[in-house]
Formats: sequence, structure tokens, C-alpha cells
Amino acid sequence: MIAELGRFLIALALAASFAQLVFAWKGASRGGSGGFAEAGRLAVVAVVVSAGTAFALLIVAFLQSDFSIAYVAGHSHIDKPLLYKVAAAWGGHEGSMLLWCLMLGLFGLAISRVGPADPALRLRAVSVQAILQLLFFSFLAFASNPFDRLLPAPVQGADLNPILQDPALAVHPPLLYVGYVGLSSAFAIAAAGLIEKTPGRALGAALRPFALAAWTALTAGIALGAWWAYYELGWGGWWFWDPVENASFMPWLLGAALIHSAIATEKRGAFPGWTVFLALLAFILSTLGAFLVRSGVLTSVHAFALDPERGVWILGMLASAAVGGFALFALRAGSLGEGEGFEPTSREAFIGANNLLLAASAGVVLVGTVYPLILDMSGGAAVSVGPPYFNATATPLMIAALVLLPLAPFLPWANGGARAGLAQMRAALLLLPVAIGGGVLIWMGAPVLAVIGGALGLWVLGGAAMDAVGALPAARTRALKFAVAGRALAHAGVGFIALGAAADASRPPELTRALVPGESLTHAGHTVTLEDVHRADGQNYLADRATLRLERGGILQPERRYYPAADQNTREVAIRTRLSGDFYAAIGEPRLQPDGRVGYEIRLAFHPMIWALGLGAFMIVLGGGCALYARAAGRVVQRRRVAGETAARGANS
Amino acid sequence: MRKSKRRLWIIGAAAVVLAGAAGLASLALRDTMVFFYAPSDIAESPPAPGQHIRVGGLVVEGSVDRPAEGGANFSVTDGGADLRVIYRGSLPDLFREGQGIVAEGSFDGEGVFHASTVLAKHDETYMPPEVADALRENGMWEEPGAARSSGYEYRPPQPETSGEGS
Repeated sequence: MIAELGRFLIALALAASFAQLVFAWKGASRGGSGGFAEAGRLAVVAVVVSAGTAFALLIVAFLQSDFSIAYVAGHSHIDKPLLYKVAAAWGGHEGSMLLWCLMLGLFGLAISRVGPADPALRLRAVSVQAILQLLFFSFLAFASNPFDRLLPAPVQGADLNPILQDPALAVHPPLLYVGYVGLSSAFAIAAAGLIEKTPGRALGAALRPFALAAWTALTAGIALGAWWAYYELGWGGWWFWDPVENASFMPWLLGAALIHSAIATEKRGAFPGWTVFLALLAFILSTLGAFLVRSGVLTSVHAFALDPERGVWILGMLASAAVGGFALFALRAGSLGEGEGFEPTSREAFIGANNLLLAASAGVVLVGTVYPLILDMSGGAAVSVGPPYFNATATPLMIAALVLLPLAPFLPWANGGARAGLAQMRAALLLLPVAIGGGVLIWMGAPVLAVIGGALGLWVLGGAAMDAVGALPAARTRALKFAVAGRALAHAGVGFIALGAAADASRPPELTRALVPGESLTHAGHTVTLEDVHRADGQNYLADRATLRLERGGILQPERRYYPAADQNTREVAIRTRLSGDFYAAIGEPRLQPDGRVGYEIRLAFHPMIWALGLGAFMIVLGGGCALYARAAGRVVQRRRVAGETAARGANS
Repeated sequence: MRKSKRRLWIIGAAAVVLAGAAGLASLALRDTMVFFYAPSDIAESPPAPGQHIRVGGLVVEGSVDRPAEGGANFSVTDGGADLRVIYRGSLPDLFREGQGIVAEGSFDGEGVFHASTVLAKHDETYMPPEVADALRENGMWEEPGAARSSGYEYRPPQPETSGEGS
């Protein structure tokens, strides 16, 4: 029953998206008001309600362990803990695609409620969003339906991959999808603006909050994924330049460029064409990411099961969005208008430079990610492109961006006098030798990259602190205060990430050795003794838990688990966090010793200052939140002012 | 600044950065690209010692030797040839006999392959494409039947005649 209802609701959402397209389009052509506009807005609600109900039904199917539904049978098991039964609803391809579609609808709803101020533009954007919804809902309904039946129904499910049974991973995909799909709303508004011939400045203002919200969520999603890789996969790292990580990193880089260029476009009318182009491109790269992850074309740790047919579908959607968007851009970019002039020492110029560097970084990441694919398709050798490539290409670009970053907030907009800008910057420039000195001092003897990264991290952090100290007292309105705080927080977050990444470059190689209880092992100045290994079974797994005593005090208890349903092992690492860094221990396979005793593989690693990465990501997300709040607060004030003026005018006449 | 001059500035800066990035990317690609070898490729023409490569294939059943001090030695096969892999790290949890894996590392002077990384996939139903191609060439690949829908029905092909190392 649930399966039939689910399929019906997905079809209904598809049909409602079509209605949304037609009505919103007509409504927009009539100035954004009237019956068609109203019908268009209602259609969006219908899409969200049907897709939302379908998603809720899928969760119910998981809670009931309804194995007559192929997707449930493939990703659940009766003995699985409740949280993971729910999370499995988006743990595989079909379910996550349903979530993706639901988010498309939700962002359509967001555009129709709090989108561009111009009613015609807003409704046009709603109709463009409907085109994207049509593409993805068709894919869902015809090639990835999570409610497809499996007959005869198996008695037991295949279980969700145990490695995915983790609280961080329960929230990681939804956040990522808010990011990926959120960029669709920037795409829709950009395309709508081109259709409506909206001037660039107004379009930049309309785009920015959506891009900001999407990018902030994407940051949080990527950070959670990195954290999960760090402690759950037990590979002893947080970023591997894996194709799927790159797939999320490219839209992130372009999103970062977009939220900055949109400021310049909104405030000064600078780079209108580029901002719109970025908004189109960012979502297209999101879709490319979905293609890379879901089609099985890449060797990746994250890949979903192989399915070329899905790949063809996603490629088709990608091509439609790209061809439509860029054709529109080519035809209408002229209507965006020319920006006003600016000096090389203006904030616009620095934002331009930041955009150039971020876009170039996205470019080199793209080349490294798809090059093996292209070579393979053209009949060349099978190759892989790994961390050495990305370190050699993306890192120098990032370093250049980090050098410029702290200066930009001190520069005036436009032609406000290069001299004033330089005077402002002088204070900041004084910071540079201090930062370099600090970096060299702290990381003396570490690899060059660690020293550079450390100095740059201090430079960016110091700049953000000076920005906050200087600009916060001057900010008069609440909106302005939050805008400055958001900027300083996010920039400081980038500084912390640079510090964390630099410290990581000085990490000692990890150590694996089989230990018999009673034996000790020393790594990075920490000596641990294996006290014992005992059974510690959980609800749906068997486990061996080691007790490791640290000489400096404290106990680490890593586990190695066996999930019978999936016939798979996982390991739970144990981490001791200190300001100097994380000491990380994992237990591996048992090993029979020549003397007949049983030892266990113990893996030790030390990650200096890895907390800086988490703190940095948290601050960026917080900064994004502040900037969004500033935006909303500013909007309320503006609306009140407009309302006040209208009332005053009414009273006067 | 005049509009034309400004435009020149922007275009100039963009050209410099893009050319730099493109140059960097092509140089780095040439230097850091890691080639994939199937065991039969290596039997035919072994890569130079010290060259960083990827090797993939099915783990030969019964070939895994787990030394007392930790790590593992095992053989991978593509049906045409076998290759012995020496690995001093902790094997990934998804490592199984008979399953497709990719090992990254290099040959030492004596022709022994030392892996620095062994990749087995998150998803046990997933076969690295290069491994699938190598198996196909040697007739060891069984097309998965209905590979659609969440991989529930799809299991990686199990070699029927592994272990002998033909």
C-alpha cells in the first residue's frame, strides 16, 4: 500500500511541477500578480506537500521494514537501530534522489515566499525552478523510483552498509543536498533575471541570500563528511582528494566566489555578467558532482553501485541545464549592464582577484577529476590522479588567495582613493611580518608547506580580528553589525582551516604493529600499553574492544566490530584530543604470534592541531548564518521604511 | 581609471592567472599521474622500480598471509597472471579473498611490490572499473544481471577458478 501511494505521490509531484512551470510562467508574464501567479504559487506548495509526504512514507516503510520495496530491502534490516532505519531513507541512491527532489521543491517554495523583491522576477524564477524540478522528478519517477517493488519480498534485508551507520552520516547527506540543491535556486534566479532582462545590480542582490544559504549548508555538509572520514573510516585523514570529495569541493569553490562577487555586483554593480555566469555554473557543477558519484564512472571510495543507465539520465539533465543556461546567458548577458569603474586598490579589484583564484582552483580540480575519465573514454591508459596533483596545483592558488584575503575588508569600494586604501592597509600590512615570524617559529623544522600555511593562517586570523575590532564599533544598525561579524567570523574560520591544514602537513606517518596484551608501543612521543581485549557486543554487531593505557594518563578504547547482517567489519577508532593534537588509536585483525599467544594489530597516529579544522568550519558556518541574518534584518528595516514612507505619503496627500 | 584601461587590466590579470593555472595543471598531471596496471600487464613489461603505480585485481583465495607483527602479504590476479603484494599497514575492513581491490605502491630493486595503500570499497557490491576491465580482458568477468536498483541483487562476480594462479 505504501509503495503504491508513494509512487502516486511522486507522479503527483511531477505533474504539479508541470503546473508550476505553466502557471508561474504565465503569471510572471503578467507582472507577477493575478490568477496565474496565485496558481503557480499554489502548485509549488502542492509539489512540496506530495514530495514531502512521499519522503515520510519512505521513512515509514523503513520503520516497518517493508522488504517488498526493493530500496528498503537493499538498505535495511530488522535488527537495525531506529535512528539508522530512518537515516537509511537517504542512505542509498533512490532515497537520496527523493530527498534531492524534495529539496528542489522546498527551494522553489523559498523563492516563491522570500525570493526576489520584483514580483515578475520572483515568479519567473519559480518557473525556472519548475523546469529543474521536472528534470529531476522525471529521473526519480522513471529511473530511480525508491518505491519499486521487489517480488517475491525477501524475509530479511541486506542492511545499510555498517560504515554508514553513524550519527554524523545521518545528517551529512541532507546538509550536502541543501548545499547542492540550494545552488539550483541561484541558477533559477540568474536564468529568470536573464529572461526578464533584470539589471545586473538588482539580480546580484536577488541571488545573494540564496547562494549564501546554499554555500553555508554545503560547507557544513563537507565538514561533517571530512570529520566522518577522519574518525569512522579510520584511514587517519580528513581529506583525500577523492573524486567524490572533489565533486563537492568544486561547487563549494564556485559558491565561495559567487557570494563575494554578488556583493560587488549588489553594492557597486561590478562584474554583473560574471556573477550571473557563476550562479549558472555553480549548479551545473553540482549536477556534474551527482553524475560523478552516481553513475559509477569513477573509482571512488564513495561510489554508489554501478549503473550506466542512471549516468546517461544525469548526463542528460546536466546537458539540458548547461545548454539552456549558457544559451540564455549568451543571448541576454548584454541586458545586465556595465558596472561602474574601480581602482586596482579597491575592494572590487580584490574581490575580482579572489574570484579569479577561486575559479582557477575549481578549474584545476575539475581537470584533475575528469582527466582520468576522458583519457579512459578516448581509449588511453587507465590512470588515477591523486593528492600530489592537487597539492601541486590547487595549493599555490589557495596560497595566493589567502595572501590577499585579510586586506580586502580594509579597502574602500570603487575609486574612493587608492591612497586611503593603502593607509588603511598599512596597519594590516604590519601584521604580515608578525604572522610570518610566528609561523616560522611555531613550525620550525616542519615541511615548508606547513610553515607557509601556518604563517598564512596567522595572517588571515589577525586580519579578521583587526577587521572585527575596527568595523564592529562603527556599525550602527543591527544588520550592519551582523554583516561585519559574519565576515570576520567566516574569514577567521578560513584562517583556522589554513592553520589546521598546515599542521596536518607536518604530521608524522602512522604506525601499525601487532601487540599482545601487556606489550607497549611508542608513537609521536606517546607510549601506549595494550592492557586487554574483550568482547563488547552491541544491538546488531559483535565487537572486540581494546583497552590501551597511555603513559601520560588516560585510556583509549578502540573497537573492531562485525556486523553479521552485512557480513562486514568496521572499526571504531578512539581519539584523545588535546590542544597539541589528536592521538588516534585503532584496533585491527587478531594475529597469532609464534609463541601461540594472540596479538592484535594496533594502529597509532598523531594529528597535530586537527581541532583547528573543525573550529574553522564551524566559524565559517556561523559567519554564513550571521550574514544571512544580517540580510533578513536589513530587509525588515527596509520594508518598514518603505511602509513608513508610503503611510507618510498617504497622510500628506 | 578609464573603462577601456580597466578592462585591459582585468583581462590581463585573468589571462596571467589562467595561464599559470593551466601550466601548473599540465605539468602536475604529467608528473603525478599514477598508471593502472593489471597483473598481466606487469608480467609482460614490468614498470621501473620506484615508479608509483596502481595494481588491481581479485585477491587470490588462500593467498593471504598475515605475519605475526601485523600487515599482510597477498596475491592479486586478473586471470592472466598473479602479483604478490607486500603491505605493512592495517588492511581495510572490506578486504576479502576473492574480492576486487586496488593497491597503490611501487616495485623495489628486487622486483617485489610494496603497497602503501590498499583500497577496498565502501560498498561491497562495487567493483573498481579498472579491475572490471582487466577481468573482462581475461574472460573472468561475469556481467552482473540486473544491476539496477540499489545493488540489492547485484553481487560481485566470484572467480570460480582462483587460487591456482593459472
